[in-house]
Amino acid sequence: MDFINQHIQEIYFVIFCVFIGIEVIANVPAILHTPLMSGANAISGVILVGAIIVMLRVPADDYLNLTLGGIAVFLGTLNISGGFFVTGRMLKMFSPKK
Amino acid sequence: MYAIIEIGYLVATLSFLGGLKFMSSPKNAKTGNLIAAMGMVLAVVLTFVAAITATVPYTNLIIMLLAIAGGTVIGRRLSSKVEMTGMPQLVSLFNATGGGCAMLLGLVEANQMDPVTTILGNKILLIAGLITGAIALTGSIIAERKLAGKVKDRRSKTVIFSARILLGLMVLLPVLYFIGIIPIGFTAFMYILATLAMVYGVLFVLPIGGADMPVVISLLNSITGIATAFAGFVYGNKAMIAGGIFVGAAGILLTILMCKAMNRSLLKVLAGTFKKSKTGAVEEEQEIKEISVSETALSLSFAQKVAIVPGYGLAVAQAQHICGQLQQLLEKRHVGVDYIIHPVAGRMPGHMNVLLAEANVEYSHLKEMDEGNENMEQYDAVLVIGANDVVNPAAENNPDSPVYGMPIIRVYESKQVIVMKRSMGKGYAGVQNDLFGLDNCSILFGDAKASLQEIVTQLKLI
Repeated sequence: MDFINQHIQEIYFVIFCVFIGIEVIANVPAILHTPLMSGANAISGVILVGAIIVMLRVPADDYLNLTLGGIAVFLGTLNISGGFFVTGRMLKMFSPKK
Repeated sequence: MYAIIEIGYLVATLSFLGGLKFMSSPKNAKTGNLIAAMGMVLAVVLTFVAAITATVPYTNLIIMLLAIAGGTVIGRRLSSKVEMTGMPQLVSLFNATGGGCAMLLGLVEANQMDPVTTILGNKILLIAGLITGAIALTGSIIAERKLAGKVKDRRSKTVIFSARILLGLMVLLPVLYFIGIIPIGFTAFMYILATLAMVYGVLFVLPIGGADMPVVISLLNSITGIATAFAGFVYGNKAMIAGGIFVGAAGILLTILMCKAMNRSLLKVLAGTFKKSKTGAVEEEQEIKEISVSETALSLSFAQKVAIVPGYGLAVAQAQHICGQLQQLLEKRHVGVDYIIHPVAGRMPGHMNVLLAEANVEYSHLKEMDEGNENMEQYDAVLVIGANDVVNPAAENNPDSPVYGMPIIRVYESKQVIVMKRSMGKGYAGVQNDLFGLDNCSILFGDAKASLQEIVTQLKLI
């Protein structure tokens, strides 16, 4: 119950996000489904925010967790940078040509 | 200060939503991507600003900055090197990195938090994020290996059975742990769960067939999104929750779409089963008309409207560029050319459109299946290249056929169909194609790329 009390706002938020997300994404034409997927993939890299938060809290002599956290930050960044760059590259091909 | 950071996260969340919204038209999509990317940079910078205090050790900062720099550079390099045919592999790989990040985050966080004061709900969220992240990590890696042709399907009973046992364990163990039956520390327990989930990820993707890959990568994409949302809950960070949920929604939507386009239920895809052709259905002898390259070139040049139905065979033959040339030649002769694209043409949702866009085909010529079907009678000639099951009329009128019920491109309604085929082999589903026996259908045998090249040469002469 504590959990519900603490998180009721987030629960509302999640429900709204689900509906808005579906509404927006259903409008994307089939032509753009691949860039949609890789773009969405890049957005899921926002997990990096969590990795940064936890990384700054690890004690400086806890080498195991520093390593794991470092890899987490690396992977998250890779997800974001690769995802957005590759989506951009694909979408460039779709822009109208002169 | 706190308010500024919260507003920053709000802006980032809106930018994700706006970015996805802009994706609804090819013209604006590039801007959308840029907006979402800027939102992401904002979110990351804000997190830094908010979390950095004087007490943060230098070691952590240095490791983190190195990791970010490395990730950015390598991500950029990977994305600029990839061939468009290799896009599904790359997207799977990036998906794996997201999942890996979520899993490691769960492990490190479990170590940092106080197991006594942390409430049960947060522990469950952490476990959920860890498990989904780990599944997305190894599942995506196996999917990538399969798409690259390095790993074969393993449809053995043991694999499927073990996968189910693991799935059960991953639900059961946390319950037992929280009741207090398993007497180990929370961190150690998390390591065990992560291992189980990683093994499950492998076993879950192994039995799934190559043709079902578009479904699987959409699903894995959505799992990563859900992992992100779980983590966002733990930190109470709305940008993470929203980002994760949007990705989850996109993934689920594409998964459903792909399942529909193949007329497969998600459960059957995941179980790795394939509908068998009913025994007793006798394969009828087909009378097949052959057509030569010059005849093909002639009928194309005298047509007013031509449709091209590309399948993955086109991409395998690397023939999309010659296809683009053919279109330009025909357009010079005032022949209208459209491409009609089945949702499952390619190895991931929308893949064929990207391949054609790379070959300089403008998006106004790319028609979706329904639009193509509505105007099918107007096409004087339809060229089917490297596609088979998606134009098989048996899907509509033969309930015994394994492809029955799958939505198809009704090329048989056009005035003339020319199918380019290497040999009389069957399609991915291993089914006889009734189209080939129809009166308005003829077959041009040969390698797709070589034949297209010859047609282009002939057209230049006519």
